Amino acid sequence: MGQTLSEKVWDDHVVRTAEGEPDLLFIDLHLVHEVTSPQAFDGLRQAGRPVRRPELTLATEDHNTPTLNIDLPIADPVSRTQVETLRKNAQEFGIRIHSLGDLDQGIVHIIGPQLGLTQPGLTVVCGDSHTSTHGAFGAIAFGIGTSEVEHVLATQTLPQARPKTMAVNVNGELPVGVTAKDIVLALIAKVGTGGGQGYIVEYRGSTIEALSMEGRMTICNMSIEWGAKAGMIAPDEITFAYLKGRPHAPEGADWAAAVTYWKTLHSDPDAVFDAEVDLDAGQLTPFVTWGTNPGQGVPLGAEVPDPEIFAEESDRTAAQKALEYMALKPGQKMRDISVDTVFLGSCTNGRIEDLRAAAGVIKGHHVADQVRMLVVPGSARVRLQAESEGLDVIFKEAGAEWRAAGCSMCLGMNPDQLAPGERAASTSNRNFEGRQGKGGRTHLVSPLVAAATAVTGTLSSPSDLIGSR
Amino acid sequence: MDAFTSHTGTALPLRRSNVDTDQIIPAVYLKRVTKTGFEDGLFAAWRSDPNFVLNLPQYAGATILIAGPDFGTGSSREHAVWALQNHGFKVVIGSRFGDIFRSNSGKAGLLIAVVEQKIIEELWDFVEEHPAAPITVDLVGRQITAEGFQAEFEIDDYTRWRLLEGLDDIGLTLRHIDHIDAYERNRSAHKPRTLPAKVASID
Repeated sequence: MGQTLSEKVWDDHVVRTAEGEPDLLFIDLHLVHEVTSPQAFDGLRQAGRPVRRPELTLATEDHNTPTLNIDLPIADPVSRTQVETLRKNAQEFGIRIHSLGDLDQGIVHIIGPQLGLTQPGLTVVCGDSHTSTHGAFGAIAFGIGTSEVEHVLATQTLPQARPKTMAVNVNGELPVGVTAKDIVLALIAKVGTGGGQGYIVEYRGSTIEALSMEGRMTICNMSIEWGAKAGMIAPDEITFAYLKGRPHAPEGADWAAAVTYWKTLHSDPDAVFDAEVDLDAGQLTPFVTWGTNPGQGVPLGAEVPDPEIFAEESDRTAAQKALEYMALKPGQKMRDISVDTVFLGSCTNGRIEDLRAAAGVIKGHHVADQVRMLVVPGSARVRLQAESEGLDVIFKEAGAEWRAAGCSMCLGMNPDQLAPGERAASTSNRNFEGRQGKGGRTHLVSPLVAAATAVTGTLSSPSDLIGSR
Repeated sequence: MDAFTSHTGTALPLRRSNVDTDQIIPAVYLKRVTKTGFEDGLFAAWRSDPNFVLNLPQYAGATILIAGPDFGTGSSREHAVWALQNHGFKVVIGSRFGDIFRSNSGKAGLLIAVVEQKIIEELWDFVEEHPAAPITVDLVGRQITAEGFQAEFEIDDYTRWRLLEGLDDIGLTLRHIDHIDAYERNRSAHKPRTLPAKVASID
């Protein structure tokens, strides 16, 4: 019997296997940020252990970093301490770090691919659940806790039980105005937030093959939002073209050897998955969330659902609590929901293609009077690239705020937060209660919907703007 | 890590599903660089409500959390485990957990006991009726017992063994350092390294 993509990559990394124990997996790339690492470095110090492979490790500052006045010291002393602790640890343990102000600083999941460090067939981990993003290259990439961060720093390995395999088959041509974000939001609404638990998922099918690397990263990024261990996409010519010439992509004979290997990284025709899910992309429309978990979503053209339609009592209760928190009523049209803030950015949708798409919608329009729009590029390079294309001017002329790179309002660890009761359309990944600020209300949307919503002030798609420019 | 064999204490019923790690501890509380002091952020958004279960006097001192389905989903923050432990919880009983949260708990010594949702409903009812009743969670026999109540719970054999022995994962792995050395010798040359650093030129 053939093997699935994830089985091939997994088997390539097994250092040791023994009956009744998890496999010991080698880790090719370990990404580190300031929030989930300080206690891990402390553990190493207490045990007198070095970092085993500093040259397979990369650190950056993203969660706490401000997006305004980045040349000044970080105002919040606790945030500043956390960032300074990472800098000291990186220096002490010999780890490369891209600090605030550095050209390669940015969200950890944006800079790995950008530097060409994220490659097919790798194992990639980070103390961050959105590490699944890197699976878009055909890597096994997953988030870990701080104890595991320490384990990888000390041993460059992780004990891991072998997950089950799942195929998500997405076929059909995406309608105009429907993006990778809409695919993954529709998928999560279909399978639920626990639907992927215990699985490494492979996204495949004609729709996935037609997506750019940016779109593929958006989908893999949200694998964790439906509980999957990791999400993967088989590498192909689009992957190779993205990587070619990036700073850490293989060169010369290494490139040829790498591509030869990468071309073996696909599920064999006779491989069997433990589970399969099908999604018809041709039927999709822009998708938005109404509730407080990413599975609580509907098409933009639909209405806020009645909690009574859910079969499970726990789902009904969750829906009731969500509607109460979100201050919404069953039957209300999603398009009638007005927002106070639009956030464009994050490891889900903070790449150059996302900014281009949103700029294309907002160009020649103006952000609605009562709305503030934050545009936060995912990395300092994305910001520079956008500026070289004049996207910053488009956003600023439309009345949006053009900020410096980082996680920003996705989780509000820096000053970019929602006020209590404030409502946002956000291109990020989590609409959890209080995620973007205590009492804040989040609707997850695509960059296209975010831009259109900023213009109208109510949840909208670009088609709603036709004739209004 | 201390060995875990059995724990007896009172319980707290948390009747909510999908309690993600942002609810267990919001991001603004994650800025400490130690593993202690996170109890002030535990369920922070709900703590301001005097009727929130953690504020009810009958459950003060509870060490066993009885959670709803899909507890600990979302963010990988191990701070969620530390916050529960810092507050005094030793055990979380539930029917479904986020993978990373469950793994983090095992590493940090917080016991995650998995039972069917039907058992959770029974436990919720039992604890609400008898908040002062001691409940014993026995890892050796995988049993949850209280007066007039008994249920078996699930935990994978490997995590159970590590908890019973109080073993440190890194120490266990370093016993196999020869395997790691051997693997590294055969690793492909084309795999990336972060050092020496290479960066793109500015266009």
